[in-house]
Amino acid sequence: MKIAVCVSLVPDSTTKVKIGSSGKSIDENGVTFILNPYDEYAVEEAVQLKEKSGAETYAISFGSDRSKEAIKKAYQMGIEKGILIKANSDDYDSYTVAKNLADALNELKPDLIFFGKQSIDFDGMAIPGMVATLLNLPFVNVVTKLDVNRNEVTAEREIEGGKEIIVSALPAIIGAQKGLNNPRYPNLKSIMASKSKPIEEKNSTYSGNKTEVISMNLPPAKGKGKILENGAESAAELVKLLRDEAKII
Amino acid sequence: MSKENYKGVDYYLLDELFTEDEKAIRDTVRDFVNNEVLPIIEKYNQDMKFPIQLVPLMAEMGLFGPNIPEQYGGMGANNIVYGLIMQELERGDSGIRSFASVQTSLVMYPIFTFGSEEQKQYWLPKLASAEKIGCFGLTEPDFGSNPGGMITKAEEVDGGYLINGAKMWITNGTIADVAVVWAKLNGKVKGFLVEKGTQGFSAPEMKGKLSLRASVTSELVFEDCFIPKENILPNSGGLKSPLMCLTQARYGIAWGTVGLAMECYSTVLEYTKSRIQFGKPVAQFQITQEKLAYMVTEITKAQLLCYRLGQLKDGGTMRPQHVSMAKRNSCEIAKNIASMAREMLGANGILDEYPIMRHLNNIESVKTYEGTHEMQTLILGEDVTGLPAFQ
Ligand SMILES: Cc1cc2nc3c(=O)[nH]c(=O)nc-3n(C[C@H](O)[C@H](O)[C@H](O)COP(=O)(O)OP(=O)(O)OC[C@H]3O[C@@H](n4cnc5c(N)ncnc54)[C@H](O)[C@@H]3O)c2cc1C
Repeated sequence: MKIAVCVSLVPDSTTKVKIGSSGKSIDENGVTFILNPYDEYAVEEAVQLKEKSGAETYAISFGSDRSKEAIKKAYQMGIEKGILIKANSDDYDSYTVAKNLADALNELKPDLIFFGKQSIDFDGMAIPGMVATLLNLPFVNVVTKLDVNRNEVTAEREIEGGKEIIVSALPAIIGAQKGLNNPRYPNLKSIMASKSKPIEEKNSTYSGNKTEVISMNLPPAKGKGKILENGAESAAELVKLLRDEAKII
Repeated sequence: MSKENYKGVDYYLLDELFTEDEKAIRDTVRDFVNNEVLPIIEKYNQDMKFPIQLVPLMAEMGLFGPNIPEQYGGMGANNIVYGLIMQELERGDSGIRSFASVQTSLVMYPIFTFGSEEQKQYWLPKLASAEKIGCFGLTEPDFGSNPGGMITKAEEVDGGYLINGAKMWITNGTIADVAVVWAKLNGKVKGFLVEKGTQGFSAPEMKGKLSLRASVTSELVFEDCFIPKENILPNSGGLKSPLMCLTQARYGIAWGTVGLAMECYSTVLEYTKSRIQFGKPVAQFQITQEKLAYMVTEITKAQLLCYRLGQLKDGGTMRPQHVSMAKRNSCEIAKNIASMAREMLGANGILDEYPIMRHLNNIESVKTYEGTHEMQTLILGEDVTGLPAFQ
């Protein structure tokens, strides 16, 4: 069995985001980048399958050289091979990422493809579905339990107020949700070994983009709260403020 | 310090000196401490329990015996890596770091250094994987700083040795599968491996500790305890052998207590910046700033001392006295910093909502064990003057 995990590098979740000088992207100065947390579940699931039944495992990322860090983290957790598809520029949208991943996956022909259910940078939740469409493969997202048999997978996914169980033929695409497993802490030896493991580099096959960022803005700062201090006597004023200022009644 | 925001303390850009591996390993252990230790440690500390469920996880990460060669189940990592692991673990809790120190420096190290090939092959992989837990018995009720006076003795009998005596203050004693015990054989200190369940051997847990509560501390009692002759550490001999182990453990403490200081400083820095009194953040008062400046300076000095010590250890030129200097310094500054941080948090400083009081209590043990502050001082004093002042 061949398993591919698509991984991305995202700003650390504690990052205080600032807008860059272009006004269209974030200022990356001083930002720490980490493997997308949902991708950790995807990587762990692939590694467990490898340990159980000896699958061949790949981590694939699209982006700049920096994205090698995501692949290295996957190596540290036990993935064996890595492919970086080098973006032609920093300006790419979800479709460009999906198209490049789909082309690479089409060549690799894995039996099972994992994604994190979303990446925590833009939270678009778009790419796994686009890749599934481009490759015409079945796709189950937000998966919290997975059983893989020879030719099919049984996936449990979260739905509003319950869960849904889906059986799908392979190859298939699975989006990993928290709870699927407990991602391991990399072992010292694999951390030390990951550094010298080669990463295959591929050229980008598409850079057209279907969308364009016009501008990026921080949410408006929260205004100061107001306290009316005269107890019941403030009621009339409160109603007035709620109606005229806050405009909620 | 809220775990998500902790970024360590690196005023002098020491990260530029660490290799990619060293940083990646440190950050992995930091994640482990953030996710597994910090959320539970106050409770375990209050309940006076060691969170033993963390041990298999630590073993899987390779935190026991990282600097032991791979053929014996270690990682073959350098000593900077070992130091950074200790730094991060002790940022979580001195009890967690103590467990790892004992397993690595006081059990795996003596078996690796003084053990027979069979002992090494049998014990080291099991200790690395934490299938077996170890402890180190040197201190006795009447002999602490002066272990050479120990009373515990071994006597040669048919097929092995009979051990009689008692050890006290032994970390991991009650939970250990094997004790590295130091006893006098014909008047000379030798190391012995005593396995749990051996007749005549018991290891009751000590009660009433107000420090290092999330760690097991025990007595070891030997009453005509027979051990087979294969259980002597053949290459040990004289007080120098246990002292060599202490050098290893002190090395880990030197790094570990810097982690403790980093946590206290980070916590108090964040706190004083947000605590408003007299209409200003407390951090804006000069007296507060003087303390913060002291803390960050001492942490930076200690970090540099440890880093250089690691280089000396890896290069084979480290002397035990070098380690004494670092152990003495790190414990001293960590205690000062924890104590100042306690005061700077005001009443909040005594709450279990903050890690400070626990660290302040813990550092009291750490400053004492593996050679007290005074003993490290006398070791340095003798080294620079050539004049021993112990007696
Ligand atoms: C929590 C904890 C865990 C421990 N774990 C272990 C363990 O796993 N294994 C183990 O073997 N031991 C362990 N110890 C014991 C520890 O190493 C000893 O407590 C330590 O060496 C000091 O010995 P003591 O307590 O007998 O103090 P003492 O030696 O009685 O010292 C009392 C005081 O006198 C001072 N003093 C002594 N001699 C001199 C001198 N010549 N000049 C000036 N001052 C002097 C000391 O510095 C100290 O301040 C542990 C201790 C603690 C608290």
